[in-house]
Amino acid sequence: MKEKFTTLKTTAVPLPNENIDTDQIIPARFLKATTREGFGDNLFRDWRYDADNNPIASFVLNDKKYSGKILVAGKNFGCGSSREHAAWAIYDFGFRVVVSSFFADIFKNNALNNGLLPIVVSDGFLKQMLEAIELNPKTEVVVDLVNQIMQVGAVKESFEINAYKKTCLMNGYDDIDYLLSLNQEIKAFDVAHS
Amino acid sequence: MSQQKPRTIFEKIWDAHVVKRADGYPDALFIDRHFIHEVTSPQAFDGLRKRNIPVFNTNRTTATADHNVPTKDQHLPIKEVLSRHQVETLRKNCQEFGVELYDLGHPYQGIVHIIGPELGLTQPGMTIVCGDSHTSTHGAFGNIAFGIGTSEVEQVLATQCILQYRPKTMKIEINGALAKGVVSKDIILYIISKISASGATGFFVEYAGDTIRNLSMEARMTICNMSIEMGARGGLIAPDETTFNYMRGRKFAPQGEAFEQKVAEWKKLATDEGAIYDVVLQYDAADIAPMITYGTNPGMGMKVTDRIPTVEELKEISEHASFKKSLEYMGLEQGASLLGKAVDYVFIGSCTNARIEDLRLVADMVKGKKKAENVEVWVIPGSKQVEAQAISEGLNKIFEAAGFELRSPGCSACLGMNEDKVPAGKYCISTSNRNFEGRQGPKSRTFLASPLSAAAAAITGRVTDVRELIN
Ligand code: SF4
Repeated sequence: MKEKFTTLKTTAVPLPNENIDTDQIIPARFLKATTREGFGDNLFRDWRYDADNNPIASFVLNDKKYSGKILVAGKNFGCGSSREHAAWAIYDFGFRVVVSSFFADIFKNNALNNGLLPIVVSDGFLKQMLEAIELNPKTEVVVDLVNQIMQVGAVKESFEINAYKKTCLMNGYDDIDYLLSLNQEIKAFDVAHS
Repeated sequence: MSQQKPRTIFEKIWDAHVVKRADGYPDALFIDRHFIHEVTSPQAFDGLRKRNIPVFNTNRTTATADHNVPTKDQHLPIKEVLSRHQVETLRKNCQEFGVELYDLGHPYQGIVHIIGPELGLTQPGMTIVCGDSHTSTHGAFGNIAFGIGTSEVEQVLATQCILQYRPKTMKIEINGALAKGVVSKDIILYIISKISASGATGFFVEYAGDTIRNLSMEARMTICNMSIEMGARGGLIAPDETTFNYMRGRKFAPQGEAFEQKVAEWKKLATDEGAIYDVVLQYDAADIAPMITYGTNPGMGMKVTDRIPTVEELKEISEHASFKKSLEYMGLEQGASLLGKAVDYVFIGSCTNARIEDLRLVADMVKGKKKAENVEVWVIPGSKQVEAQAISEGLNKIFEAAGFELRSPGCSACLGMNEDKVPAGKYCISTSNRNFEGRQGPKSRTFLASPLSAAAAAITGRVTDVRELIN
């Protein structure tokens, strides 16, 4: 069972870069742990810290102005490797939602499998949202998963989410629970196909 | 008689593997073959332990150690503590759950996407997954192969199934003869440069056309390998005589009469006449030249003789900032040519280009020549079998005479998880598949290219149009 997700009201962190790949989210050299926890420390490691491990002041995660449980990123977020560590790192850092106008497939799946909600918005809304947050970092964002609506200040946009995944998120279910319930059918299939 | 709707090879294989299709749920897809490695499996095994369940069918899972392993002194314990711990954890998990492991030192060890095909574990018509995005490589044999995350690795270990929505289909057709100096890596870098790093997101690609048909199995694997670099879920090529000839007699392929029976089945997989794809793209092989990337995603590629675009030439204004940041990272100017740019490292390796044909291409190119003073050259074979073959053909002697270092198999500088890292600010021309920031080491700078172009750069010490070195 995962944490259940229904609605969220929080400030957000803007990261407008496009094509943010999973090697930036969590560089390969930090993938050596054998548990799921603790990856948040190295989230965006090479953008957050210089070669001597000093925080880079200009990077948003080091900028005290910004905080909140929503990461707002440029187009094609999460491309590259299939490492689920990317989703774990974002979640472990404290984010519960990532907003972008486009997500890479595997990342989107990995996020959904870990209680992290990826929300696809239109290019226009993304731009508005980034501007609003940069203008006023205290801008509140409301994510209503039940009604599939996101609200930033006075503007709203509805978002799509697969009905099955929505149910999983709202109830904290895993795919594996469903698959385990098919055990007999799968066994029969395996025998017929070997 | 009921007339079946014409189907693509992708649809045929998918339909044949659906265990359960229920309203409101994704398809439960049966997985024939599951590959695992040390980086993306430990948390999945932990999940099984927590639920107290075994691996569903150990015959369908194969493990190897590749991502983390040193490429020197592989017989010694791994020095780096965390890497050693991860490889040991894999060892322990495989033992506890009864999974076959090709561990360091085993004659079958190697990069997971290289050993599957060479052992005959990868076969047409299958569904294949691995916790690694380049699982698409296996698609060259005409199967549905794709990368998955660790939660999904756990699902497959526990149930031999995965929950998936069927992606859309895309056909990419290439026809015509390839020009001198152009190899399969150039074809795929060319396609990605055309459709961008996200151009095939949501699709499963089938590569077709006579250019593809005329490629060897190994060259086809290079193409399918990089499907993910344009965002595709995977890529495949319908099996044909080239596929069957490559597979015949391989360790885990069916043998003798059983093999020929399978061939008859596999021949039926090809896409039916009249089947419909969601998207079809066509390219002319004559337009493809030796390619190189200049930026920090694989879509930022060009013909080696072209100039880097300028911001004004970009189609989308929203890309300007990312483009500038990328060139700044690479230390390159808009509108500049890369020809003659000095490089510091040459990496010949990875699941894209570390098979025996790749090493032969490189050896042919450098035979009797020496590497330039300013470069360090690493040749990392894709597997123990590739290494043994290279030595038996004397390629190691050619490399040695040229000043190249032939090391032991692993992912190595493809992702820099072991000690093979390109230092900050240095340029590496690499036969791997990703030029992301820091991919080959913090602040490293990567030019992706073919093994031929990499070999040419090793000799001249600069980005070179390989056609100038061949006659
Ligand atoms: S060689 Fe590189 S791309 Fe291939 S499996 Fe290893 S790390 Fe991944």
